[in-house]
Amino acid sequence: MTSKVVVVGAGVVGAACAFHAASAGMDVTVVDRGPVGAGTTSRGEGNILLSDKEPGPELDLARLSRTLWDEAGEELGPDSFELESKGGLVVASSPEGLAALREFAARQEAAGVRTEPVDRVRDLEPHLAPGIPGGVHYPQDAQVQPVLAAAALLRAAVRRGARFRTGEVTGEVTGAVTGRDGRITGVRTASGDVLPADAVVNAAGTWGGEVGRRLGAPVEVLPRRGFVLVTEPLPPMVRHKVYSADYVANVASSDAGLETSCVVEGTRGGTILIGASRERVGFDRAMNTAVVARLAAQACALFPFLRGVHLIRAYRGFRPYCPDHLPVVGPDPRVPGVVHACGHEGAGIGLAPATGALVTAHLLGRPWRGADPAAHTALLPDRFLTLGGAPE
Amino acid sequence: MNEITVDGEPLPFVEGQTVAAALVAAGRVAWRTTRTGRRPRGVFCGIGVCFDCLVTIDGVGGQRACLVPSRPGATVTTATTVTTGEGGDE
Amino acid sequence: MSEPADLVVVGAGPAGAAAAVTALAGGLRVALVDSGTAVGGQYWRHPPEHARAAIPTEDLHHGLREYRALCAALEEGRAAGRLDLRTAHHVWSAVREDGGFAVHAVDRREAPRETAVVLRAPGLLVATGAHDRQLPFPGWDLPGVLTVGGLQALLKGGGVAAGSRVALGGTGPFLLPVAAGLAARGVEVVAVCEAADPRAWLRHPGALLRNPGKWAEGAGYAAALVRHRVRVRPRTAIVAAEGDDRVTSVRIASLAPDGSPRPGTERRVEVDAVGVGWGFAPQLDLFLPLGCELADSADGNAVVAVDAGQRTTVPGLYAAGEACGVGGAALAAAEGRLAGESVLADSGAAPAPGRRRTARTARTAAVRAAVDRQRAFARAMGLAHPIPPAWSSWLTDDTVVCRCEEVTAGAVRAACADGGAHDHRQVKQLTRAGMGWCQGRMCGPAVHCLVARERAYVPAERLVATPVTLGALADLDEQPPEPADHSEDRQ
Repeated sequence: MTSKVVVVGAGVVGAACAFHAASAGMDVTVVDRGPVGAGTTSRGEGNILLSDKEPGPELDLARLSRTLWDEAGEELGPDSFELESKGGLVVASSPEGLAALREFAARQEAAGVRTEPVDRVRDLEPHLAPGIPGGVHYPQDAQVQPVLAAAALLRAAVRRGARFRTGEVTGEVTGAVTGRDGRITGVRTASGDVLPADAVVNAAGTWGGEVGRRLGAPVEVLPRRGFVLVTEPLPPMVRHKVYSADYVANVASSDAGLETSCVVEGTRGGTILIGASRERVGFDRAMNTAVVARLAAQACALFPFLRGVHLIRAYRGFRPYCPDHLPVVGPDPRVPGVVHACGHEGAGIGLAPATGALVTAHLLGRPWRGADPAAHTALLPDRFLTLGGAPE
Repeated sequence: MNEITVDGEPLPFVEGQTVAAALVAAGRVAWRTTRTGRRPRGVFCGIGVCFDCLVTIDGVGGQRACLVPSRPGATVTTATTVTTGEGGDE
Repeated sequence: MSEPADLVVVGAGPAGAAAAVTALAGGLRVALVDSGTAVGGQYWRHPPEHARAAIPTEDLHHGLREYRALCAALEEGRAAGRLDLRTAHHVWSAVREDGGFAVHAVDRREAPRETAVVLRAPGLLVATGAHDRQLPFPGWDLPGVLTVGGLQALLKGGGVAAGSRVALGGTGPFLLPVAAGLAARGVEVVAVCEAADPRAWLRHPGALLRNPGKWAEGAGYAAALVRHRVRVRPRTAIVAAEGDDRVTSVRIASLAPDGSPRPGTERRVEVDAVGVGWGFAPQLDLFLPLGCELADSADGNAVVAVDAGQRTTVPGLYAAGEACGVGGAALAAAEGRLAGESVLADSGAAPAPGRRRTARTARTAAVRAAVDRQRAFARAMGLAHPIPPAWSSWLTDDTVVCRCEEVTAGAVRAACADGGAHDHRQVKQLTRAGMGWCQGRMCGPAVHCLVARERAYVPAERLVATPVTLGALADLDEQPPEPADHSEDRQ
């Protein structure tokens, strides 16, 4: 059994890996240049979505994760990270769109997702625009406050004996130390010391590509910029996560240009979040007012009352994605001991607990908390490896 | 005489005064209630930075009383409202 | 003005107005944008032009001759069709675009209605000033407790005194004109509590001696206060405000050198209004998303780094006034002129008729010397009026720190102790302090002081500099969203 595990990254995925590995009795150290949840975790909306995923490997992981979020809520207290099983409502803007959405939902239902066709969407969301032909209600969709969730998971890991090492120098991993057999024996940090490790988990999110390279096990993880808008605090006006069916197409898209299709939802703090533009512009941090205007227009089209509501904040983050839009979770065959857990794109919050459980299962060599290494093979890094070695 | 209406009551103002200045001139120190603690709030920074003095003006919420000039006949309400555009506020 | 501007100036206070006037004099076309209803900013805040007869405020101002000269020059520029003056326009974002800048604003002249407006120019000069820096204390969220700037704004902008028995507290020379202004309007100023020790100034005699104008202004306020029998009490502070639904009294204490209240010195004073302020926090919202480099200033704030000509590290972007370091109106206006000269030099504008290039050079050198002199004064001022190190000892665990989200000092302390937060951004994520309407503009410096006092305060980056309705934004969207058709798109 693996005893010493170093988790690189204190985002929600790293925290979930630490939580599960520590729960399984391993000796865990989490390292990060910054504090808990300061990267992409703090730039998301906290989506735990089944509704946007088509049947396949990601949905399988998401279904497990949905269950594990509930378990984490029972264990850590659902209020400690604002876990809310509010449900999702996906609406179509045309009869043809509705037919396609219903067909999609039927396939999800067959894959184990609870779906409820809705004809009168304003029964569920009274302030939706008139004239929407219908939609689908996904009662399992939920929400957490991502930074609080990462912090709660990491705190629980620490209670189970894990350590958290943070700091711009001490928390920066610069390379791997390997034994004669090529197996990981430790990681080197920028402060020059070596943390002994039997396994290293690459949970560095958007920086997972770089961390993989430093560990000698590169994976292709690219940044995708996303803006999220936050409104003034209001009395409850939007009850579910509401989005137009176009979002489902955008999540899977690989087009380079700007794509937006907004997700609108209320938060416990009273603000309404309008999210999810997607641009492939590298790590460009510049404000894009056109994107903000587009998100606003789409949100107002769904909920006309929003026209008179103020935007008080916008933030952007860089979602980590792999070229095939699936996360990479599992051991890297090139450097024994390296386990990847990154590339979750916009679904990292939702997929975190199952990713942590699956990583732990790989480390244990047996199923853990419902995660079976034999069942999630489509997420393995092997898919990127050509015969000759690492991809460019 | 110049007047605005605040929660249904007429309030005089001097041309050039903001809504907040008119309220303060009339002796009002508080007109908003905080969301969580239900605490009274009025004008604090006076220059549009703190958002303590928020009111609804002519049906539009989230207005900083310290920035918006009083206009004859303007209707000011102090309770938090959201205009739904569906025939009423809630 | 129909032709596009050469320069957009954001902020029509002393810095922005002076910069605009300089650029206009050099022949440029200028768009000058301000959220207020009149030119002047906070320092020369005035009622709108048409209302000045009804609300006389002239006696409350200092340096009105310069204000009038700037206004006249702006009016000249407007008449010549080279100035596009946009009052009641609130800028929510400035972005780089095609080698120049796009400044996004909402036109709120018909408030509460607002309309999105975009102003474009190759050059951008941001002079957005500062607002009072606040330190929470028990009772500071009671109605009737205002910032000193708020008291001043009501007085200068609306002719209204917010109370009849007022105590002022905090630190810095700004307490004096506010006290003098209130007294001039018949308000009984029962206490002016200055936390600093005036002897701290003696450590910087050079800065004082080289700025006689500051002496004169200060002496003027001092004389006014003597006339109204208002006493400034050094090394004291308002450590609590009390009352049920509004403030009815304050507790005042003498301070030890570290800023902690001296035991046994507390006394209660009845008041109906309070003004507090601890220097100023520069308004950096438009600079940070553009990627400007920052510098530390002596008063605990990070400020925009500029070269000797007020150029920021972003090409084409200039800064003037408090955003480059809090130093008062005279320094701000001088920096504005300097920035205007740099814009002219960088744009290759020909000298105005009758003016020679050498004259411009000499003028610039004189302005730069004035800027240097006054910056030395500002630095001495920052060092002489620090935030008291032991200020946080006045806070109880249930003192509200974030007024918007009602986050207490206890919650902030817990976020540091249990959550490992070591800056105000992390505290925000863990507690919601700074997530409300004001986006941390009020509590940011205070949370920073509670968490990481030893470093300069860098505000959180705010991509939206002022609230703007989604409707106004939606109207900016050129292409309306297309009807959904995802039948083929979905994998």
